Amino acid sequence: MRTVAVVGASLAGLSAVRALRTQGYDGRLIVVGDEVHRPYDRPPLSKEFLAGTLTAADLALETDDEDLAAEWLLGARATGLDLAAGDRAVLLGDGRRVAADGVVIATGAAARTLPGSEGLAGVHTLRTLDDAVALKAELAEGGRLVVIGGGFIGAEVASTAQALGLEATVVEAAPTPLAGPLGAEMGAVVSGLHTDHGVRLLCGTGVKGLGGERRVDAVLLEDGRTLPADIVVVGVGARPCVEWLAGSGVPLDNGVTCGADGRTGVPGVVAVGDCANWYDPRTAGHRRVEHWTGALERPAAAIAALLAGDGASAGVPRPPYFWSDQYGVRIQFAGHAAGADSVTVEAGSPGDRDVLAVYRRGDTPVAVLGMNQPRLFTRWRKQLAAA
Amino acid sequence: MMIPACRLADLPRGEAHRLDIDPPVTVFHTDDGELYAIDDTCTHQDASLADGWLEGCEVECPLHASKFDLRTGAVDSPPAKLPVRTHEVVIEDGMIHVKVSTDAPNLPPCVASRLAKGPA
Ligand SMILES: Cc1cc2nc3c(=O)[nH]c(=O)nc-3n(C[C@H](O)[C@H](O)[C@H](O)COP(=O)(O)OP(=O)(O)OC[C@H]3O[C@@H](n4cnc5c(N)ncnc54)[C@H](O)[C@@H]3O)c2cc1C
Ligand code: FES
Repeated sequence: MRTVAVVGASLAGLSAVRALRTQGYDGRLIVVGDEVHRPYDRPPLSKEFLAGTLTAADLALETDDEDLAAEWLLGARATGLDLAAGDRAVLLGDGRRVAADGVVIATGAAARTLPGSEGLAGVHTLRTLDDAVALKAELAEGGRLVVIGGGFIGAEVASTAQALGLEATVVEAAPTPLAGPLGAEMGAVVSGLHTDHGVRLLCGTGVKGLGGERRVDAVLLEDGRTLPADIVVVGVGARPCVEWLAGSGVPLDNGVTCGADGRTGVPGVVAVGDCANWYDPRTAGHRRVEHWTGALERPAAAIAALLAGDGASAGVPRPPYFWSDQYGVRIQFAGHAAGADSVTVEAGSPGDRDVLAVYRRGDTPVAVLGMNQPRLFTRWRKQLAAA
Repeated sequence: MMIPACRLADLPRGEAHRLDIDPPVTVFHTDDGELYAIDDTCTHQDASLADGWLEGCEVECPLHASKFDLRTGAVDSPPAKLPVRTHEVVIEDGMIHVKVSTDAPNLPPCVASRLAKGPA
């Protein structure tokens, strides 16, 4: 393999580049990214960056002395992957063709928007540094904030805004926020943080539309209520950025369908990070996990698979893990709650938002949740990985 | 500066003891019976290494899993980029003492900016 193209210049792409070099690949390496920025860290965008305790420079993912000997094509969008002509090529929006023997797909995910909100000032999504800069400037003006969606990003934005002194409301269509990742019981415990801190939480009602001419002035709910709003953040999830692969022959279904090691079934093409819908042997199904740690760790296995060609594949990946910081509480979760038939609090108490909860299927632990319990959580997470 | 930490008999192997000085320092007792002291705060973000996972001469950060070598303070892989300070451990009459390094600590930016602002 003499040329590898990595498409997507964020955490998963950078981790793939590092893995290529540490695994001994010394050929040409081209990184294509549609943002103009060097790889930066997204989790602080809704936390420390929005709060003003980290600057854009602090978000850099590369170290100062890192020399990966890669060619960076930034501000360049991939629009297609040509596998037809025997030689593989990534097609760019400006008409360029990047020929490569190996291709790493790392295009991540993009924030979902609310139809009809285009062009309405005061309405934000939060996925990129540019999004965060714009939202930060508006929050500095103060006012009434309505967050649509009670998932992790929405909750973090509400938490940060509350600390900045804004009046915040969170609207969630489901009866309980976070019931998807955490189950209804623990979802209620974690989302109880909102009301603990004086942030209004409205559940079980969808959003019908937004009010306002040029600038948003209200959120209209399906139950007929109208919430006055100066700033609206839409946090309704993300969709994998894989449109550019349509018709290329790479299998797509809620992202790039791939094996536990990122192999796509197309020789020389692997997928990593938020855009990868990988096979998880622990749950015997495909899953797309939008967490930082997977985007950091899993590229090593995908690169090993890419360099090995048809050769042997890596073992079972560690269980997915994520953390979130809300209202000064550190939330950590590992595993897969959907497979559990029971959840027990092993330490702390839900009322104090100080909890170590273990999810089990039969007697087997399948997931663990910690709120301000980093020490116990770390021990349980190790145990899950060993199981 | 020599700071008494705890009695050696009170710190079993595999355990850590955090000193609530500013910035905090943690003493680790490895499974092999060695004692090491390093800065408690991860150089990446605000996490306590005393809460981490101790294995051999390394502690893994409980938040994003960078590993620090207790002997040198060196970090093995991102996201942390800088080493932690190491401190000398002295045992006198069964008591663990830490001789705190005079080097500047590598505190993460979010903690450094909070300290710069003074106590909340
Ligand atoms: C605000 C926020 C807070 C978060 N907080 C946490 C947290 O607390 N804990 C946690 O575990 N996870 C968190 N995450 C999730 C974590 O950041 C992601 O899982 C991680 O960034 C995924 O990395 P990735 O490289 O796969 O994708 P991304 O980071 O999405 O990067 C993909 C890159 O590819 C580029 N791209 C897309 N399409 C193309 C194309 N056609 N051509 C060229 N380039 C393209 C994109 O512009 C982007 O730069 C958070 C995410 C956000 C947005
Ligand atoms: S806080 Fe330690 S690795 Fe991130």
